[in-house]
Amino acid sequence: MTDNDESLGIFAGTLGVARRDLLLAWKRPGDILNPLFFFAMVATLFPLAVGPSPEQLEFSGPAVLWVAALLAMLLSLNSLFLSDFEDGSLDQMLVSPLPLSALALGKTLAHWLTSGLPLVLVSPVVAITFRMPFSVTGILMLTLLLGTISLSLLGSIGAALTVGLHRGTALLSLLILPLAMPVLIFGARTVSLVAAGDGVAGGLYFLGAYAVLVLSFAPFATAAALRISNE
Amino acid sequence: MWKFIHKLASPPHFYRLAAQIVPWLVVPGLLLVAYATYAGLFLAPADYQQGDAFRIIYVHVPSAYLSMMTYMIMAVSAGIGLIWRIKLSHAVAAAAAPLGAWFTFLALMTGSIWGKPMWGTWWEWGDPRLTSELIMLFLYFGYMALRGAIDDTVKADKSSAVLALVGAVNVPIIHFSVEWWSSLHQGPTLVKKGGPAMDTAMLYPLLAMILGFSFLFGALLLRRVRAEVLFRERRTRWVKEMVLSGGT
Repeated sequence: MTDNDESLGIFAGTLGVARRDLLLAWKRPGDILNPLFFFAMVATLFPLAVGPSPEQLEFSGPAVLWVAALLAMLLSLNSLFLSDFEDGSLDQMLVSPLPLSALALGKTLAHWLTSGLPLVLVSPVVAITFRMPFSVTGILMLTLLLGTISLSLLGSIGAALTVGLHRGTALLSLLILPLAMPVLIFGARTVSLVAAGDGVAGGLYFLGAYAVLVLSFAPFATAAALRISNE
Repeated sequence: MWKFIHKLASPPHFYRLAAQIVPWLVVPGLLLVAYATYAGLFLAPADYQQGDAFRIIYVHVPSAYLSMMTYMIMAVSAGIGLIWRIKLSHAVAAAAAPLGAWFTFLALMTGSIWGKPMWGTWWEWGDPRLTSELIMLFLYFGYMALRGAIDDTVKADKSSAVLALVGAVNVPIIHFSVEWWSSLHQGPTLVKKGGPAMDTAMLYPLLAMILGFSFLFGALLLRRVRAEVLFRERRTRWVKEMVLSGGT
């Protein structure tokens, strides 16, 4: 019975932190919208640089969208623990009887819901400008859905490691980008392969497996990193 | 056994022991590299496809091997330091990172030089192992950058240990990427079912070179760890006594 109560408590803690962060994001919609504008703008930069030829745009579309999504995710990661660190909420989480990893997972969940999911939803609009067929757009959304989960989880580790540092911004990118490359490779390649009429299952399986793998260790690594950063 | 490990983890003891071990690594290391250099350049026959160009394998493969091995050493000792709070193993991880970065750079450079005559290009993005080796280099850079950004040594040790362990997840992905993607890079010739697919006259110098590189790497690592230990213990009494008595 007590066991059951405890596990309920952990779950409630995760959801409670997530709900709080979602509420905070709702009060300041700019935090959600800015990465989306950034995503659209990076995607706009490429056609301007490459030129308007339809074949080239069609060819580079999946790659551009994925790189833009990755950068947009990075942009929002910086503030993941920053406000909690500054106003002392993080200290409360550290002394909370609930496992820190569960609370960190809640924060990551909220981060994904406010930055990953909106990107997935907005991506078809940008994809249309790259002349992406609807069938391919569906796969793009699916890869982004699976990929952004991994990116949020990996990013939470990096954000936790750099939370108290003055020079954190550039460092965070340096820490997270190498870890994120497998996601980028499989995400963008899968979409390109589908656009070329190839199979899709392998890439999606990999992205799914990677997301599960990262989910299995990221909350604990994030919790450990938060403890170290706040010593 | 435990007593030995505890004694080993004490900085002054390790500092003296490492000094004694280094020559035992340098001498066989140099002999092996000298033999392998001669045998690789003169005794090994030219490859039937690649001619003499294949001989860069004698630098490329040991470097690539050590670039991954060093990461494992770094991650394992960082993990040991994090779990059992052994300061010495944090020092090992800190000392290993720049070495690993250099071996990774060496593997990338020799691979690139090898790629020019074989593939006709300096850099082939389609090759997964080249790409993952580059990611490896970035992992090392990230690790060193994180260390550099944190002033407090204890905090830097712990934070970078978490990063090293998370990065270690990528190392198997790097190794098996050869089998995941089909590519230009030749398949594994050394570790393969049914023995290596290589003539023994080519193989033995390669094995000797790998062993020699490993010995020299061990010597370099010990020297770097000694310097790291000395720096970290600079305010302790044993360092003061050692310096005052004119010892090294």
